Amino acid sequence: MGPAVSARRQAGREPGAPGRGTLRAREARTGWALISPTVVLVLVLVVLPILWTVVLAFQDLRLIRLRTAGLFGDYTFDNFADVFGSPGFWSSLVTTLMYAGGGTAASIGLGLVAALALRRGFRGRTLVRASLLLPYVAPVVAATFVWGVMLNPQFGVVNELGTGLLGWDEPIAFLSERPSALLTVIVFEMWRSFPFAFLFITARLQAAPATLEEAARVDGATPTQLFRHIVWPQLLPTIAVLALLRFIWTFNNFDDIYLLTGGGAGTDVISVRVFDFLISRGDIGAASAQALVLSAVLLVLVTVYYRFAAKDEVA
Amino acid sequence: MAGIATVPAESPAAPETRRSGSPAGRGWSRNTVETRVLGVLRWLVIAGLVLFTLFPFYYMVLLSLRDLSSLLQAPARLWPALSELTVDTYRDVLAPTDSGGQGFLRFMATSGVVALGTVAVTLVFAVLGSYALARLRFPGRRRIGVLFLAVYLFPSILLAVPLFVFFTRVGLRGALPALVLVYVSQTVAVAIYMLRNYFQTVPASIEEAAAVDGADRFTIMRRITLPLAMPAILSNALFVFMIAWNEFLFALLFLVDDRSRWTVSLGLSQLAGSIEIPTTVLMAGSVILTVPIVVLFFATERLLTGGLTAGAEKG
Repeated sequence: MGPAVSARRQAGREPGAPGRGTLRAREARTGWALISPTVVLVLVLVVLPILWTVVLAFQDLRLIRLRTAGLFGDYTFDNFADVFGSPGFWSSLVTTLMYAGGGTAASIGLGLVAALALRRGFRGRTLVRASLLLPYVAPVVAATFVWGVMLNPQFGVVNELGTGLLGWDEPIAFLSERPSALLTVIVFEMWRSFPFAFLFITARLQAAPATLEEAARVDGATPTQLFRHIVWPQLLPTIAVLALLRFIWTFNNFDDIYLLTGGGAGTDVISVRVFDFLISRGDIGAASAQALVLSAVLLVLVTVYYRFAAKDEVA
Repeated sequence: MAGIATVPAESPAAPETRRSGSPAGRGWSRNTVETRVLGVLRWLVIAGLVLFTLFPFYYMVLLSLRDLSSLLQAPARLWPALSELTVDTYRDVLAPTDSGGQGFLRFMATSGVVALGTVAVTLVFAVLGSYALARLRFPGRRRIGVLFLAVYLFPSILLAVPLFVFFTRVGLRGALPALVLVYVSQTVAVAIYMLRNYFQTVPASIEEAAAVDGADRFTIMRRITLPLAMPAILSNALFVFMIAWNEFLFALLFLVDDRSRWTVSLGLSQLAGSIEIPTTVLMAGSVILTVPIVVLFFATERLLTGGLTAGAEKG
């Protein structure tokens, strides 16, 4: 918004300005005409479906009877009783929290290390920086497939090198045994998402004023002291926002775990359970109830995010 | 015993010598140690990061070019022998199913149509909507910003149940246009957010000058605003293309029943569990899935990195 706009705005506020109402009204009409297709699309394909999930969660609806069943009426609390009462639910919630917490911490940690290591320029930095972003843009199906083959106990390269060079007694079934599967999906999440944190933190580092650090260096601060007392405090707000965003996304992540383990071996996160209830069991009501629980947690997180970080973003 | 005895003898001496040095001198020595250690560590970290991020991609290409039997004989060999190099895997994976291949050429056509369709529709919606949000004052503008932020943060797994039920019920679940509309609803909010930010950097005074010269709003948009915003629109298009090309969950929910409509991501994920298809052939499939994205990314990295931080992911 340049000064011209504010000048126009002031001109509009002048009491005697001719045609003020009609210009204003015409601008508003054009604005609504231009934005309304998007608003309609988002309402129909995002907002209404979310509201409809609430209705579905209180119904006993099966996939097989979907084409004949009435879509409204016959409300019941059975789905929630099923969801909260089933033995898998609470352990699944714990798994999801561990996955989201671990994945968030690991990806931000590695992103921070990468941003600091690449902070000073060197020949080929642009290329290195671009290469580090590849896991984030690569198709998730290809990435999970190649990781699955790499970690395969029969002919995967990791197990071959581990037994051959590192002296492992036997191949590790990374994706199909209990503690290792959850750890592996967290490492995968770190590999795939650290570029996001890396980009964010790099942008923040570039915006940090050099004078502060120079002054501290003149006063005799060592590199670690510089980081601890000058750089880290400046990064902290960025990292807080990042942590929240990454936690929200990892908490809801479906693709990575579904494709890596299918939710087996102690990686049964809630999003994969929603999918299983919907597709394998064909139980629409229970799937919706499950999704609602997920939304409730998400709603809390989004509210925190909005309060905390997004106030000036939304204009 | 001797070791312990020497400690009290020496320990008072050590602080003595340190205390005798000036504070600046003490800082300098710690500084030197830290600078040297971090200087070496930095290169180790960069090398480690590059290896960690790029190895899966290298492994993908490597396996796609190796002959299956030689792979099983020497799974840990990280460079291919010239004698075992083969491109038959690519021929197998691309050829249509009735001539013994896996039909990936067809999957690529579907992915291309879906992704390009999503780009076209998203751009039309996003250009109009972001122009309205950046330039025009109308009631509800702030609330629309909040709505779009919510869409951006809401994960696709929550929409999976209602959209699946809805499109099954109306009998459009296998239709590609339905999938395109769902993709548009997922990407349009971020696209509008990115474009709006760009429009706000273009001074409104240029458009106002044209308005003074008598041009109406749509002439201004077509002749002035759009050409000025072309770089942002282009990066937006690439960004939306990547999301649509990589998308997995909705492709799985909507298209899985009919192999002739599979996208590359869906095809690879569905065939990955099969025992009959050699891993090397599927690896060629993942290379085919990944290469368009990597090429696009390196061609436009400068344009895109800004956009990636502005918001890239639907979890």
